[in-house]
Amino acid sequence: MAEILGLAEAVAELVHDGDCVALEGFTHLIPFAAGHEVIRQARRDLTVARLTPDLISDQLIGMGCVARLVFSWGGNPGVGSLHRFRDAVEHGWPAPLALEEHSHAGLTNRYVAGASGLPFAVLRAYAGTDLARLSGQVAEVTCPFTGERLAAVPALNPDVAIVHAQRADGEGNVQLWGISGVQKEAVLAARRSLVTVEEVVDELTPRPGALVLPGWAVTAVAVAPGGAYPSYAAGYYDRDNAFYQEWDLVSKARETFLAWMREHVLEPSAVA
Amino acid sequence: MSVASELEFTTSEVMTVVASRELRDGMTCFVGIGLPSTAANLARLHHAPRLVLVYESGTIGAKPRRLPLSIGDGELAETADAVVGVPEIFNYWLQGGHIDVGMLGAAQIDRLANLNSTVIGSYDSPRVRLPGAGGAPEIAGSSRSVIVVMRQSRRSFVERLDFVTSVGFGEGPGDRARLGLRGRGPVLVVTDLGLLRPDPETCELVLTHVHPGVSPEQVREATGWDLRVADDLETTAAPTAAELKILRSLEATKGADG
Repeated sequence: MAEILGLAEAVAELVHDGDCVALEGFTHLIPFAAGHEVIRQARRDLTVARLTPDLISDQLIGMGCVARLVFSWGGNPGVGSLHRFRDAVEHGWPAPLALEEHSHAGLTNRYVAGASGLPFAVLRAYAGTDLARLSGQVAEVTCPFTGERLAAVPALNPDVAIVHAQRADGEGNVQLWGISGVQKEAVLAARRSLVTVEEVVDELTPRPGALVLPGWAVTAVAVAPGGAYPSYAAGYYDRDNAFYQEWDLVSKARETFLAWMREHVLEPSAVA
Repeated sequence: MSVASELEFTTSEVMTVVASRELRDGMTCFVGIGLPSTAANLARLHHAPRLVLVYESGTIGAKPRRLPLSIGDGELAETADAVVGVPEIFNYWLQGGHIDVGMLGAAQIDRLANLNSTVIGSYDSPRVRLPGAGGAPEIAGSSRSVIVVMRQSRRSFVERLDFVTSVGFGEGPGDRARLGLRGRGPVLVVTDLGLLRPDPETCELVLTHVHPGVSPEQVREATGWDLRVADDLETTAAPTAAELKILRSLEATKGADG
């Protein structure tokens, strides 16, 4: 059964320096509050796995928490570049950032293999691209039945997966609905998992299409209302598109970025 | 002169309108954010009400009332026929062969319609680090056909890509089959200057249309290789008043809340 912990306590217990941390949430339910707690606790040398590194990844990278990024698309969706990500890659600030780069399908299937207890996954991808020769994480396999040549990607089993969901009950059973990304796969592939939720309720009323993570499959649940903001939590609040546009200006220069982080993330009084 | 041709329109608008005309009623379209999403929604509202919009966030059959800013805006999930996880959208729906047309943009394209959306410069010390592949390589590989939409200049239409993110025709005829890519590959490239289509024999992109007011010399000048021009070069029909009206009312809703 998942332990219900405070967010600071949960991050302190589950996320260690040097860990491979999967932070998932595909545009929806991005675990911002947990990411901010990782920044406040000044974790270092993390390998961060995330299909779509966006603002939370930009913040983790700019604050020096990340040594290696495993990803497939790093941008500010609909707006443009991630300036802190680019600064790290192009100028090594605040520290060099190693990249392990995939397509969405490639990285997704790494999680699927990890969650399935398999050493690798097979997909029809990568042939003819430069991605295949880059990461050293793609190999060609021959189908034993048809002789077709396909791509294989190794399982990804993060030390810890962090995701955000709408709600949990007192037993730590988690209910999540709307766009669900690869959250289930990331949680089941990881050795430990932390789910932040908007609220803990007495009883989880069934919802059509909702995904349930049983409490016994999750390590810890922490209540973090608004924990996906400025992304969104269907049924609770909308995506703050204006914030995503403003981030472009905030993050462009190192000084304005650091000032923003100090004011909004590092100062405990400003915790969202 | 017709009324429509007297209307003023921007290069983005002509690209969006021309791309939207390629999307027919009942098709399934894998939609990227930005111009492809705008074009697909314009098609849905203008001439293809049953066009199925599939976004990589797992929203299938989305019918957004306002243009989303991201591929995962709540509006897409709320108006979709089905919402599925990312493994499912890529493995079952795209790789499984259910997508008629994929629409892609890129930072660079070469004469065989291969695409770069990863880096400008060398990979290890790039001049510009771009967002990366996302869903593009598999959209390019597994959609039955691909439409590429991008602005044309010598910086973007290059002799040699800095990085091959997505395969168009690889190194030439037969390469897609050899690589195991099931779709036909790019059938059309829509730019701000005109339309390019692959030569059926060589797969090389050929200029088949120029937009109103654009000369073929201008397009060749904006291309980093010796661009072939079709013998029967045509001019694209200018956006109509109806197309522009819908497009502009859509644009006004972009990323808006509720």
